Amino acid sequence: MFNEFTIGRRALLGGAAGTAAFGLAATANAQKPMVVGFIYVGPRDDYGYNQAHAEAAAILKKMPGVKIVEEEKVPETVAVEKSMESMINLDGATLIFPTSFGYFDPHMLKMAAKFPKVQFRHCGGLWTEGKHPVNTGSYFGYIDEAQYLSGIVAGSTTKSGKLGFVAAKPIPQVLRNINAFTLGAQSVNPKITTQAIFTGDWALPVKEAEATNSMVAQGVDVVTCHVDSPKVVIETAERAGIFTCGYHCNQAKLAPKGYLTGAEWNWERIYVDMVEAMKKGQAPGNFVRGGLKEGYVRSSAYGPAVSAAAREKTDAAKAAILSGSLSIYKGALKDNKGNTVIPAGASYVITEPKLEGMNYLVEGVIGATS
Amino acid sequence: MTTTLERVAVPVLALLASALLFGLLLALYAKVDPLEAFALMYQGAFGSWFSWQNTLTRAAPLILTALCTALPARLGLVIIGNEGALVAGGVAAAAAGVAVSGAPSLVVQIMMALAAMIIGGLWIALAGGLRQWRGVNETISSLLLTYIAIALMNHFVEGPLRDPSSLNKPSTHPIGDTNMIGTISGTDVHWGLVFGIVACVAIYVFQRFTTWGFAMEVIGGNPKTARMMGLNVDRYVLLACGAGGAAAGLAGMIEVAAVHGRANASLAVGYGYSGILVSFLARHHPIAIVPVAILLGGIGASGGLLQRRLDLPDAAVVVLQGIIFVAILASETLYGRLWKPKAVA
Repeated sequence: MFNEFTIGRRALLGGAAGTAAFGLAATANAQKPMVVGFIYVGPRDDYGYNQAHAEAAAILKKMPGVKIVEEEKVPETVAVEKSMESMINLDGATLIFPTSFGYFDPHMLKMAAKFPKVQFRHCGGLWTEGKHPVNTGSYFGYIDEAQYLSGIVAGSTTKSGKLGFVAAKPIPQVLRNINAFTLGAQSVNPKITTQAIFTGDWALPVKEAEATNSMVAQGVDVVTCHVDSPKVVIETAERAGIFTCGYHCNQAKLAPKGYLTGAEWNWERIYVDMVEAMKKGQAPGNFVRGGLKEGYVRSSAYGPAVSAAAREKTDAAKAAILSGSLSIYKGALKDNKGNTVIPAGASYVITEPKLEGMNYLVEGVIGATS
Repeated sequence: MTTTLERVAVPVLALLASALLFGLLLALYAKVDPLEAFALMYQGAFGSWFSWQNTLTRAAPLILTALCTALPARLGLVIIGNEGALVAGGVAAAAAGVAVSGAPSLVVQIMMALAAMIIGGLWIALAGGLRQWRGVNETISSLLLTYIAIALMNHFVEGPLRDPSSLNKPSTHPIGDTNMIGTISGTDVHWGLVFGIVACVAIYVFQRFTTWGFAMEVIGGNPKTARMMGLNVDRYVLLACGAGGAAAGLAGMIEVAAVHGRANASLAVGYGYSGILVSFLARHHPIAIVPVAILLGGIGASGGLLQRRLDLPDAAVVVLQGIIFVAILASETLYGRLWKPKAVA
């Protein structure tokens, strides 16, 4: 809460990396490099949402003729408009990736109208043809596919049959993850339950630790999460001696014993494609979405605690998702209040628009959306 | 006696000392050339018309939120609930704006401003009332009220006031483009800057030239004496807290009506907390708040450039803010000591 006052330890770490980035730009190309701007809502080294983007941006830095400029901890307010404008005016950026959901409307749209020659691509899937400017666009991954796989691993590993999910807010994106994780686990054993706890915001480390501890006390033995930085949940669970599934990026380092697998973004696929398109003089795609098949999301490598049987089951499900023969959301599916949410016989593909407005928790999830 | 020269010299000395210390940190820890860093900071904050607009845009909300601390400080209170008043005011403004969105835009804007100022004012007046009547420390209560305000905001934008089409970022319904308050013509800076400066001048005039303003100064000097003189201390405390809260509430309304167009979690991004800093740096003087807010706005504006050009983390400018804050507080002890009259033997 007291962000404005706290003197972060990272203030003292930043120097070393700086010179490296500079040297590269100077030697890369005699021509003027193409400048690409990245804006993150939190710290770049959060072991989570922002790090997933920053790791992909770091890969772009190795491309010849490309210069990356980055800003972290930019709030979803007029500050992000000014960051974009500053990147355009002072650095000459021609492609900008504002990576946080709340940057889109009105901030990015305002800047896109002001700078029609600059390309803006936003992480989140909000772009609509005809409604939003052509120099804007969005990209996103169906990460619930990877959550489903995590659920299978969790379901195969749990002994108590109780899983835990620490979540930020009951919005569709998060509910899809909780439900997919639970459905994956129930594909192993239909009796498995998931305890969901909503902390109320994207970065509340104290509440996240409390939620994890309370789950441990209730007998939950595999926990995962959807918050900006899974670091606290994963470390707390590891100390308590239970298993974890990661989110956003690979957290195996934080839990060498208990880390099973995790649902990760793979933004580099999208970023490299978009930058290459720009270098060829084309506009990058306006609406880019995909899941495991397109390589936009992936699972972390299995941890040491994952049994051979669990690996086999998960790999089989992954192959079925890739071939299109397995649908995560199919009827008859009930929510945890007993209402039928997907009728018997119906089966949704991952791109189904109805899933975008998900407002329920499936049967077997303990928790409420409001 | 504090002289005018001291009032300027002491803060300037503190700022210079802060810059020196920050430069040392940059050179020794971050291994960055401090002169290059300062040159970049100047470029990012004041080096061009674009940079100036960037700075002023960031300064605008800080001027109003600073008043939330500065006004009660005149009476000896330390209020730090600025963020809560801003958030409460912003939600109230959005609710009012949506409720009357069909009316002429000027009416909508006035209703929004009134709703925000009333709710923000009541929010901080509550802290003042708790102090006067229940003996609750106003610093703690106003801080805790902020958490309540943010929780209530989340409740309202995710529940009763939610626009159902705002799926993954719960928000209120938009107030409508025609009801937005625009930018000052010829610039990118929204009208919130002008509101803030006008408020500061008005409050200065009020404090300096009215009996009420004088009464507040008396209460700040010694509340017991003030009471013995027959001043209604409770009333003045509530008034100052209410006016301060109204200023922060107005900042919330401007965030809604000039930036976001709706209320959502982006209201709580720390303008209120920065406002506390501005007020203390300005020694709670309403006119001094304006340049201090511009200075902090400039530091914020230059932070991006430091990150991009020198690969410094965002925390670099936060460290600078922290150093300035400590230096200004420490420099308080210098008043009356800089020009000591020579001791007579």
